[in-house]
Amino acid sequence: MNFILKIIKDFPAYLWSGWGAIASIFLFIAFWDMGNQIYGDLVLPSPLQTFQTLVLMLQDDSVWVEINITLYRAAVGFGLSLALGTSLGLIAGFFATASMMSRPIVTILVGMPPIAWIVLAMIWFGMGDETVIFTIIVASFPIVFVGALQGTRTLDGELKEMADSFKLPWHMKFMDVYFPHIFSYVFPAWVSGLGMAWKIVIMAELLATSDGMGALLAVSRSQLDTPTALALVTIMIGSLMFIEYIILEPIKREVELWRS
Amino acid sequence: MEKLEVKKLNHHFGFTEILRDINFTLNKGQILSIVGPSGGGKTTLMHLCAGLLDVEEGYVSNSFESSAFAFQEGRLLPWKNVIDNIMLGLLANGEKKKIAMQKAQDIALRFGLEENDFDKFPKDLSGGMKQRVSFARALVTKPSLLFLDEPFSALDIGLKKELQTILIEMIDKKEISILFITHDLMEAIRLSDEILLLKADPGHIVKKFSYDLPQRERDDKYVYGESAKILQDEEIIRTFELELK
Repeated sequence: MNFILKIIKDFPAYLWSGWGAIASIFLFIAFWDMGNQIYGDLVLPSPLQTFQTLVLMLQDDSVWVEINITLYRAAVGFGLSLALGTSLGLIAGFFATASMMSRPIVTILVGMPPIAWIVLAMIWFGMGDETVIFTIIVASFPIVFVGALQGTRTLDGELKEMADSFKLPWHMKFMDVYFPHIFSYVFPAWVSGLGMAWKIVIMAELLATSDGMGALLAVSRSQLDTPTALALVTIMIGSLMFIEYIILEPIKREVELWRS
Repeated sequence: MEKLEVKKLNHHFGFTEILRDINFTLNKGQILSIVGPSGGGKTTLMHLCAGLLDVEEGYVSNSFESSAFAFQEGRLLPWKNVIDNIMLGLLANGEKKKIAMQKAQDIALRFGLEENDFDKFPKDLSGGMKQRVSFARALVTKPSLLFLDEPFSALDIGLKKELQTILIEMIDKKEISILFITHDLMEAIRLSDEILLLKADPGHIVKKFSYDLPQRERDDKYVYGESAKILQDEEIIRTFELELK
């Protein structure tokens, strides 16, 4: 509880520190506009035109339906990878054999390009939710799994001994000794898993479904509707930035305050 | 009567013999030091006494009501600030959080920490401050038996003396008993009622020295004198390999 209060208390200061980031985004937009002046509207629409399209799209209910479909798939896929990856990773971390055996499997999962998974999933599950969700899980599960595995593998034996010497009851041992350490590994893994899930959902939808934001992107490509494509990209980037900088980063700062 | 009794204790790590036939008794209100060169099995012996390692051969019986451990390297929880670290043992004993916090702050001030250090994480503390916190964490629980594993090693002379004075006050009031590991003979002479000399490979006790003068009456002259005497001892010379080769 205190923890959440502290995050909220530090939030305005954190936001205030964001001016530099905003300046760099504006600089990026300036370069974008320069590109538009050089290459013309078809290749690279101007930021203004893109944002106008964006506003128009966001007023259209049917676009929101597609956004919600994508959000649903990403949430289910990421939620499952989070639950599976965290629990299996923690368990594997406690057993030397399990962690040894899981290493090559993780390498296979990480090494296989997501596009190949999409092809396989299309054959196995057809064109629908399952294909997209499966691909998300396959891509972000290993990231979360490895984070959780590392967290338990690297628990400090000396601190465990210290906890024993003070006869800490099990709940204190878990909350005060194990949990903060494991969390400092698992949380960043969750963040990168989420980023991965958000990228994969668009890609899988583009190739394997007829609805969702990925499918909208495919349609705009076939109609050479560059402003719509860029507006869609803006939505994706914007939502990712919102989650990362407004929600996750403040939490991460509090959680990792003790790190040098 | 509370006491710690060790009889015919042997210990192995794999095929390596670490300790052979250790026997001693630590009575209430006593300070017993184990001195010997590094790598001689001192820490293993202490971990066996504290129940952090399982006794394989022999017998260790600890009838002290409570015990605490101050580790050589501090072993603070890096994600907890100074006060929360000190409170750890109190909370484990079921102390109320408010009272524990008050006790932790009191002892922190007594051990030379300042109020603006209270919220610091271990990463922002110097080596000496970490040792102080670790020491405070062990003593705040008012243990009847204290295990000290070279807790003074990272401290400057002034602070070392200050903490030793605190211990001597406690021992004077018979509040505490201490099993103390060190390789510093002067430190051992200043504090101990009895010194056991542990020779390495495998660790075994070769000699016992007793000091009857109450700790608070031991001045520098006494400590230097006794140190000079002990350094002439044949066994000490052999154990620490003091001869010039």
